[in-house]
Amino acid sequence: MRYEKPSTAQEATNLLATEPGIARVLSGGTDVLVQIKAGMIEPDLIVDIKNLDRIRDITPEQGGFRIGAAVSGATLGEHAGVTALWPGVVEAFELIGSTQVQGRATMAGNLCNGSPAADSVPAMVAANAIARIAGPDGARNCPVQDIPVSPGRTALAKGEFITSIFLPARPERAADAYLRFTPRTEMDIAVASAAVSLELDADGTCTSARIALGAIAPTVVLVDAASICIIGTKLDATSLEAMSEACSAACNPIDDKRGTVEFRTRIVGVLAKRAALIAYKRAGGRA
Amino acid sequence: MKNLHISTTVNGDQTEFVCAPDETLLDVLRNRLGLTGAKEGCGTGDCGACSVTLNGRLVCACLVLGAEADGAEIGTVEGLATGDHLHPLQSNFIEHAALQCGVCTPGILVAAKALLEKNPNPTDTEIRYWLAGNLCRCTGYDKIIKAVQIAAAEMRNA
Ligand SMILES: Cc1cc2nc3c(=O)[nH]c(=O)nc-3n(C[C@H](O)[C@H](O)[C@H](O)COP(=O)(O)OP(=O)(O)OC[C@H]3O[C@@H](n4cnc5c(N)ncnc54)[C@H](O)[C@@H]3O)c2cc1C
Ligand code: FES
Ligand code: FES
Repeated sequence: MRYEKPSTAQEATNLLATEPGIARVLSGGTDVLVQIKAGMIEPDLIVDIKNLDRIRDITPEQGGFRIGAAVSGATLGEHAGVTALWPGVVEAFELIGSTQVQGRATMAGNLCNGSPAADSVPAMVAANAIARIAGPDGARNCPVQDIPVSPGRTALAKGEFITSIFLPARPERAADAYLRFTPRTEMDIAVASAAVSLELDADGTCTSARIALGAIAPTVVLVDAASICIIGTKLDATSLEAMSEACSAACNPIDDKRGTVEFRTRIVGVLAKRAALIAYKRAGGRA
Repeated sequence: MKNLHISTTVNGDQTEFVCAPDETLLDVLRNRLGLTGAKEGCGTGDCGACSVTLNGRLVCACLVLGAEADGAEIGTVEGLATGDHLHPLQSNFIEHAALQCGVCTPGILVAAKALLEKNPNPTDTEIRYWLAGNLCRCTGYDKIIKAVQIAAAEMRNA
């Protein structure tokens, strides 16, 4: 195995694109090092991206924030601006692992590892986050929701990697929330999860909603059929129930020791409902 | 595999070492630098016995490559005491029997120190969440939490 720490994105891309063997980007390493230790992967090349310009920076941009690909959970959680604008994204990311894992783990790593249960991914999809990708043909933008293609696989081509993730601006009365179900309160993997991002008008009517579910299908699912149930409402009980059912209907989960198909399908609707109420309250609505 | 030459700072001392590209910081500390305070409990980020600080952030040394230490500042349990004078966390862990076999202790001390630097007056719940990634299989967490609280009070009054 070779270890490289390039100082430009171009250099990183060249290294990744020309490696004939197995190449892995290294960010926080909280998945990569575990996988090497477990013998799941034997990389020929590790490209540590933490030395690239701005890669550890959080930068305000057009009313939103650009989060460098190497920003850790600890750094993100300490950022008052991001926490105020996208509380659901921050709370989702902070659920990952322990204090020690938070000291290293990144959102881009969580996304590119490709786990269907990755906690920050539904929250980023609900937020309509956009990944900035560097590659052999230059930089491009791609919505986070289009990056996972199947468990462990992403839409990134050989030589490509994420340099930052953009969380957009939002109107004043808007907020998001994320909830997951785990048997333990800490250090566990989601059995099912839901992220909800809402925008309200002056009288508290929901004008826009994005609802994304995790761990209930091979990849994160954005459920437009659920959003429709609450747009134009003040999240009354009947609309919430319809939304919850639409979420359950969008499930395509697996059965495993951590949860059955029936359990995941039912619980994800409950989580979506509760997350919607939290987001609604944060956005200034009174349910 | 080509070995790498790394310059780093460990507990304030300028240090150099040579390591393989796939060697973890934990293996470097224990096997190359003779700093055996950090322990390997799991090697996969679950137990926290290998906790150290990397540029001021608490991390699992088993999930860091030795190569990543280049130009960085590492803090380990060996850096807690000042000469023969134990850190208040260390003396209170001994005084209040917050350890039995001691395998988890170096990691918990480093983690607790990082907490108290950020939050000198934590609640029990805050300590429990902060230390959720530090497993202890013999002492029981109550004594550990109490010892951290007593050390925190002592440090606030110092
Ligand atoms: C003890 C423990 C508990 C955990 N708990 C959780 C949990 O509760 N929820 C959860 O979702 N995850 C959890 N994880 C998994 C992991 O911490 C997260 O997925 C984390 O966000 C990964 O980020 P990283 O920067 O460490 O990724 P890395 O390990 O550096 O990389 C992960 C993958 O993404 C690729 N990659 C990284 N950065 C980029 C980039 N910029 N562009 C392209 N590809 C890239 C890597 O090549 C690799 O394949 C846990 C891990 C541990 C060890
Ligand atoms: S040895 Fe590093 S967390 Fe267990
Ligand atoms: S004292 Fe033995 S593991 Fe904690």
